[in-house]
Amino acid sequence: MEVLIETAMMLLILTDMALLGLSRLRPCIAASAFQGMLLGAFTILAHLHALAPRIIIIGLASFALKGFVFPWLLRRSIREADVHAELEPYVGFSLSILAGIGMLGASVWLSGQLPLAAPAGGSVVVPAALTTFFTGLFLIVARKKAITQCLGYIIMENGIYVIGIMSVVHVPALVELGILLDVSVAVLVMGVAIFHINRQFDHIDTDQLDSLKG
Amino acid sequence: MLPLLLALGIIVISGCAALTAWNKPRLSSCIGAGGTVLGCAVGIIPALEVLMGGATRSLRCAWSMPYGSFFIELDPLSAFFLLPVFFLSALAAVYGGQYLMKYKDTKKLGPAWFFYTFLVASMVLVCLARNAVLFLIAWEIMALASFFLVAFENEKPQVRRSSWIYMVATHLGTACLLPMFLIFGAHAGSLDFDRFAHSLPQPLASICFILALIGFGTKAGIIPFHVWLPEAHPAAPSHVSALMSGIMIKTGMYGIVRMLTFFDVPPLWWGWLVLAIGIISGLLGVLFALAQHDLKGLLAYHSVENIGIIMMGLGVGLIGWSAAVPSVAILGMAGGLFHVVNHALFKGLLFLGAGSVYQAAHTREIDHLGGLIKKMPWTGACFLVGAVAIAGLPPLNGFLSEFLIFLGSLRGAISMGADVAVPLIGAVAGLALIGGLAAACFTKAFGIVFLGEPRSKTAADARESGPLMVAPMALLAAACIAVGFLGFCIVPAMSGVVTGILGFDAGPELKMAGGSLGSITAASTALLLLLACLAWLRRFLLSGREVGSSVTWDCGYTAPTPRMQYTASSFAQPITHFFGSLLGTKKRLQLGGRYFPGAAEFATHTQDMGYEKLYRPVFTAVKQFCERFLVLQHGRMHLYVLSIVATLVVLLVWQLR
Repeated sequence: MEVLIETAMMLLILTDMALLGLSRLRPCIAASAFQGMLLGAFTILAHLHALAPRIIIIGLASFALKGFVFPWLLRRSIREADVHAELEPYVGFSLSILAGIGMLGASVWLSGQLPLAAPAGGSVVVPAALTTFFTGLFLIVARKKAITQCLGYIIMENGIYVIGIMSVVHVPALVELGILLDVSVAVLVMGVAIFHINRQFDHIDTDQLDSLKG
Repeated sequence: MLPLLLALGIIVISGCAALTAWNKPRLSSCIGAGGTVLGCAVGIIPALEVLMGGATRSLRCAWSMPYGSFFIELDPLSAFFLLPVFFLSALAAVYGGQYLMKYKDTKKLGPAWFFYTFLVASMVLVCLARNAVLFLIAWEIMALASFFLVAFENEKPQVRRSSWIYMVATHLGTACLLPMFLIFGAHAGSLDFDRFAHSLPQPLASICFILALIGFGTKAGIIPFHVWLPEAHPAAPSHVSALMSGIMIKTGMYGIVRMLTFFDVPPLWWGWLVLAIGIISGLLGVLFALAQHDLKGLLAYHSVENIGIIMMGLGVGLIGWSAAVPSVAILGMAGGLFHVVNHALFKGLLFLGAGSVYQAAHTREIDHLGGLIKKMPWTGACFLVGAVAIAGLPPLNGFLSEFLIFLGSLRGAISMGADVAVPLIGAVAGLALIGGLAAACFTKAFGIVFLGEPRSKTAADARESGPLMVAPMALLAAACIAVGFLGFCIVPAMSGVVTGILGFDAGPELKMAGGSLGSITAASTALLLLLACLAWLRRFLLSGREVGSSVTWDCGYTAPTPRMQYTASSFAQPITHFFGSLLGTKKRLQLGGRYFPGAAEFATHTQDMGYEKLYRPVFTAVKQFCERFLVLQHGRMHLYVLSIVATLVVLLVWQLR
């Protein structure tokens, strides 16, 4: 069991690194989809000893939404906006990976400081979750395309999700589902927004949106 | 308590139902107005019972809100304020049902009714709430609902501006209420009102009193916090103006009076302060009203004036209270509170009348109207009753409350030392001056609008409003007259209310005051009988003779036009000129021709002094200060997110260090 969880966490960190290092959008979406499916499976795996219906529902919902629905929406946005790569990010790709390693280190330190009850999966879970969280934030801050930023939100939510599932055993199902719903609405809204931004400005570079400010 | 909760439920549910009937203006009006009337009818019964000497009822439920509890209570004071709330809300709803039909093709009426019902419900809840959190929630719902109602015609830039001014003003008021409740709560250990009583030591009590005066006074519209009234009242639909001016601003008064029950015997300077605010508000209010050209703007300034009169009553009461003269305290408080009800009746009536005029003549400019009493006899008659009442003339209701305040101040002035007598004499003088100016102002308003000849084409084409608009006005006019004649039994019935505030028995004193009001009623009845006799005599003398009618005397001109009539500004000119230094009226006169007169132009404009001298400089300075931070709004979302993340991470690390 421990091994399975640890493997899942390692894969999580690796997909984070992949997301930081990839420039083309399609593989990025694929990586996030993989992460989503991983988390869905992980939810059920981590609770195999005490499987409750709500855990199964959350796991399946996460699996379906993050693994299939969101990527599908994002791919559609890519197609409509005709954008396929993050060309000039604020922070370069190799530098991003270095930053990712830095974030991993910071997460390990932070998780040692955080007054959390020891999660079931041992010492890897919290650092991995924090790394994922920071990776999401990093993507939002360091990338230009609206699609990558949207991905950033999804990744960030993944990090929160892992902590939620692992650390707090009795998180009300409603809260979990609420977060899921939140993110799905966010993705939908961003999808629509991306479409409109693209139609209006012929690009989805958010750094040029400041022409809108009052 | 159950009937009141039921009433609240009916009102709120009918509002939601009206909202769902989004696309059917007639249906949503029926539901909204009908539900409000039904709810008010249900709710007024327990209020009357408590006022007639029934036991105080309360209901306390636990509530998951931190520091909050759902604690409501119906005592005589609440019941006294609820009475006009229910009465006027129901009538204004009926009126609004027909008034809003004009907008049925251009506007969605569902939201208007939704916010109307929520305004009514929140006012009821404000009067009932006995927990600070509950009170503030109701207070904010009230502010928001009225904001959306003021912004009903939001396609007009002027209306948008007015509603924003109202929004800012009301929140500045709430900003003072929050610290006040927090100070109370910190000392009492709870935010329930019943724990507040007598909990504060002196310097803090005075601070709280000042905060309450500013916070509630902003809603009530005392000078210098009145700026939103002349903006918001003209902008709102008329039944909403009637509701806002008739009752909503009274919730501010309710707040102040409710606060007074939490303190011990107040120091003398509180009374001085309240009385001074009252005199200034009353005087400036009526002066600015005289200088107005907009009928509803004029009425809005009269709200300031009447709030001033109510404050004067409270001030006289406070002075009597702290000087330990029960009769002055009781008469002052009773006069102020009685004026709350009276003002609700006649100001509601006048705003409904102004709305009726506006719909018939499509303008609120007094100088474009004229001669309407021939076209709209019902509206004219009702408006006249309201005008006489607001001018404080006997035998109508406005006179009675002012009479009580006069009585209280005179009684204190002749029997007490200088520190008490001087402000009370000031109150007498101020009240007399205000009454005279108000009479002049309404002579102007009624005379220019309803008498003479129409000054514009639209005024000439005016038609009487529909029955659903006339009936509420007629009912309110009847109520004004009835209260004017029944003062001698109403005032003794207020003993529970006044006793609740002052803490000592007000019954005997009010019974005596009722006795003097009884002689007023007798005199009024005699006057009416005399009038009836004269009318009969006139008929008798004229019977059998030929009676013809002809134009009014027209100065012997060969070709008179309506433009030769007195205008509103020329009518008020002697007074506005006399008080010119206070009003700051801007005049623009252009004379044409050198030796022979040509086309000439004359315009006057009176800006609100508080807005021009106080708020505009302050807000301009604040804006200039804030504009320095505009560099932070660079529009780069990455950097916004980055700064949020950086802050969070720094905080986290700092905490875990």
